[in-house]
Amino acid sequence: MAMRILTDQPPVETPSISSRSGVVGTLARALVSNRKALAGTVVLGVFAFVSIFAAVIAPYDPHSLQFDPILGPSRAHLLGTTGNGQDIFSQLVWSTRQSLLLAVVAGVMATAISVLVGVSAAYLGGLWDHLLNLFTDVFLVIPTLPLMIVVAAYAKGGGTAVLIAVIVITGWSYGARQLRSQALSLRNREFLEAARVRGERSMYIIAFEVLPNMTSLIVAIFLGAALYAVLAAAGLQFIGLGDTNDLSWGTMLYWAENNGALLAGSPLWVLAPGLCIAVLGAAFALLNYAFDEISNPALRPVRRKR
Amino acid sequence: MSFVARRLEFFFITAWAALTVNFILPRIMPGNPGQAMLVRFHGRVSPQTIKALEVAFGVNTDQPLWQQYLQYLANTLRGDFGTSLTFFPEPVGDVIKQGLFWTLGLVGLATVIAFVLGTLIGMLSAWRRGGFLDAILPPVFIVISAFPYFWLGLLVLLLFSITLGWFPSGFAYDLTSSINLSWSFVGEVIWHGLLPALTIVVTSIGGWILTMRNTMITTLAEDYVKMARAKGLSPVRIMLMYAGRNAILPNLTGFAMSLGFVISGAILVEIVFNYPGLGFTLLQAVHSEDFALMQTLFLLITLAVLVAVLAADLLTAWLDPRTRDSAGV
Amino acid sequence: MIAAAPVLEVKELSVEYQTDAGAVRAVDRVSLDVAKGEFLGIVGESGCGKSTLLFAIARLLTPPAEIAGGSVHFGGRDMVAMTEPELRHIRWRDYSVVMQSAMNALNPVMTIGAQLRDAIEAHERQSAQSLRERSEQVMRLVGIDPVHLGSYPHQLSGGMRQRAMIAMALVFTPDLVIMDEPTSALDVVAQRSLMLQIKDLQRRIGFAAVFVTHDMSLVSHFSDRLAVMYAGQIVEIGDTRAVFADPKHPYTKGLMHSFPSISGPKERLVGIAGSPPDLLHLPSGCRFHPRCPSVMPRCRTEEPPFYQQDGDLVRCHLYDR
Repeated sequence: MAMRILTDQPPVETPSISSRSGVVGTLARALVSNRKALAGTVVLGVFAFVSIFAAVIAPYDPHSLQFDPILGPSRAHLLGTTGNGQDIFSQLVWSTRQSLLLAVVAGVMATAISVLVGVSAAYLGGLWDHLLNLFTDVFLVIPTLPLMIVVAAYAKGGGTAVLIAVIVITGWSYGARQLRSQALSLRNREFLEAARVRGERSMYIIAFEVLPNMTSLIVAIFLGAALYAVLAAAGLQFIGLGDTNDLSWGTMLYWAENNGALLAGSPLWVLAPGLCIAVLGAAFALLNYAFDEISNPALRPVRRKR
Repeated sequence: MSFVARRLEFFFITAWAALTVNFILPRIMPGNPGQAMLVRFHGRVSPQTIKALEVAFGVNTDQPLWQQYLQYLANTLRGDFGTSLTFFPEPVGDVIKQGLFWTLGLVGLATVIAFVLGTLIGMLSAWRRGGFLDAILPPVFIVISAFPYFWLGLLVLLLFSITLGWFPSGFAYDLTSSINLSWSFVGEVIWHGLLPALTIVVTSIGGWILTMRNTMITTLAEDYVKMARAKGLSPVRIMLMYAGRNAILPNLTGFAMSLGFVISGAILVEIVFNYPGLGFTLLQAVHSEDFALMQTLFLLITLAVLVAVLAADLLTAWLDPRTRDSAGV
Repeated sequence: MIAAAPVLEVKELSVEYQTDAGAVRAVDRVSLDVAKGEFLGIVGESGCGKSTLLFAIARLLTPPAEIAGGSVHFGGRDMVAMTEPELRHIRWRDYSVVMQSAMNALNPVMTIGAQLRDAIEAHERQSAQSLRERSEQVMRLVGIDPVHLGSYPHQLSGGMRQRAMIAMALVFTPDLVIMDEPTSALDVVAQRSLMLQIKDLQRRIGFAAVFVTHDMSLVSHFSDRLAVMYAGQIVEIGDTRAVFADPKHPYTKGLMHSFPSISGPKERLVGIAGSPPDLLHLPSGCRFHPRCPSVMPRCRTEEPPFYQQDGDLVRCHLYDR
């Protein structure tokens, strides 16, 4: 699982975006100008493409057991076959769908909760703020994998739904803290004063003035949540939770480990899905970092003259 | 609220939350897992143990929920966690003690090394912006830190153990040796522990490097760093005492809070290397549906993280005179 | 009267910031001299480049800002040409810096005494005893009880912090003290008291001072000479009394009229029309011409050099004879 460290960094002032159309434009410009962002986007694009056109790209039915087991890579089987006689490459391609979907769905849901809790804490203030903070910190500290294991074990492995639920429950707290911090700093800025003076209601202010200005951070948090989801799902599936009959990179690893793939001489069975997980994770991580740089110019690469 | 009071409140509330999660989960999950487990225990343990388990899992009892809860809390505080199904008939407490030693050694050491090294490298790379460290490390470590712990472990295992044969492929010591304090045994432990430790360090160090670098960059822009330069202090002194000392403060608590993640990853590493620590034990508990053991492990790990958080908070308060004053320490 | 060699000679100093949109010149070919024991004030609006100029002189700029040309002669050497290790020798010993906010300029995790000790030990080896004595002496010099050597910055009041910073700046009795708006963070009463203290110290120790501020009335009482900056250039420089009594550059005139006087007849407050120029897109010719009430056709095309007028230097075509 990736390391995520928490620091109470002072939020950096970002120029205000006064209309929703400015949000998309800013994002687009930001993506193109940053090399890391570009790399991450390209990788995501490739995976998205593969998952949509899996039926065309994969040569065989991933579940079909007709082939000889533990074959090395060849032209017929690009990555060889599994211990049960399935084509690894086809499995890999079809697994892209679930792995990507898991990451995005869990990421979006976790981010939604983060925004709700974080921004509410900043705006309600007082006792509510204190309570919501405590709530967030508790979820933050509780070790995720043990909790996930316990919940998933009770649910008898559960299915994909339990997997997503567990990931979301353990993954929202990180973003909530950051969002609260930035929402607090935005609370007192002039353009909000102007909105208040105009007589706009709080909900309007939050939805149309505050949130658009936090877009950069919200996107960064989504990316972080997606990254977390990729790795958490992989970890849980690896130890056999979730539905082991699912077609996903994590479950591939589960079966590979169960069949002693490393020792039995079919390392590709382990390396391929693991590499895909790592690459997908890296894509989210790069994009995440790129958005950090975009919101905080001080972090951008410095060109040394000497 | 004073700083110390706030942190203690957090500590107790989280501990209570963990306990309560343990209490609620078996009662709300479909299929009545508590009942299922008890069926397997039947005829093998004394009636008192059955009774205790029933209380812990809320089975066969017409006690109202709140009474069960209090009983459960009382048991926990007494240290009675039930009997382990996996390592029957050992009580859960004993099982955990064994695994704890190995996990503390491996994970504890590896994490501390990763933190210290990572913080230093982060500090250096921020100090020389645009230099080699700063240009290469961030992208490299962003990518590496996205690797799943266990996959890196598998890679490392494949490369250094299976292919090159330099290191053993698992466990904490040679299966033929017995535990003693001789040099050869200690050597074995180190040799067996190197690969899993390496995996943990490599995957977690990226996070420390990046956050320290970011905090350091912000700190370096502060006026007091400029002032230190104006005074003609040596660069090393400025980097350590003026910038570093201030940059690390927010990272300390972050370090402790991230322990939850570190432990999660370490569990997976233990599983890959068959290392007989708590992570491996947890896996065995899952596979044999040993809920008593699982719950207690979860509780223990949570408490460990909480203690670390509290320690880090107090350390921060001690290091930062501003918090010290408001904390009344 | 034979003038002694100036303690600081700045010639054609320029500072550029590298931005995504290109290099921005925050300071453009500034030249000035400071004589021994002289108090030079530099005034101007926010963003005119005065703080940048100050830090350039003190060689404390950080990327993306860098010196793009010119020289700074101090103690017989050109500081622009000196390397960092060479500069470290003379830092604090020969010249020191006082910053705007002591709360930000003092290390929050070290005591005042420890920070003083750092400054001293960076240049001299001292016994613990003489370190202590020297520290106490310099604290008393600014009127702070030496017991505060053991205090942390956040434990002192704002005024005390500023004075502690000044004490630190004087620990080696330097020839030159560079001050960047050291009174801006204080209330009016504390401001005056601090200024009086600075002047008193200056008389006693004899250092030269370059003092940047946006507060004209404050600097008028305390400086010997005054320089007015606009859009990165000096537009007028001369004896303070003369500049105040008879401001020559239209910008200086505008500044003077922006301050109401408590005594004297009630006048209408007149500001300066327009706003400071975008340094990326400077006006042609004289930078002030779009806002100048006395603008001439020539001002739009020709950048004015300095002209001499009654002992002042003025960057304005009105004074071309």
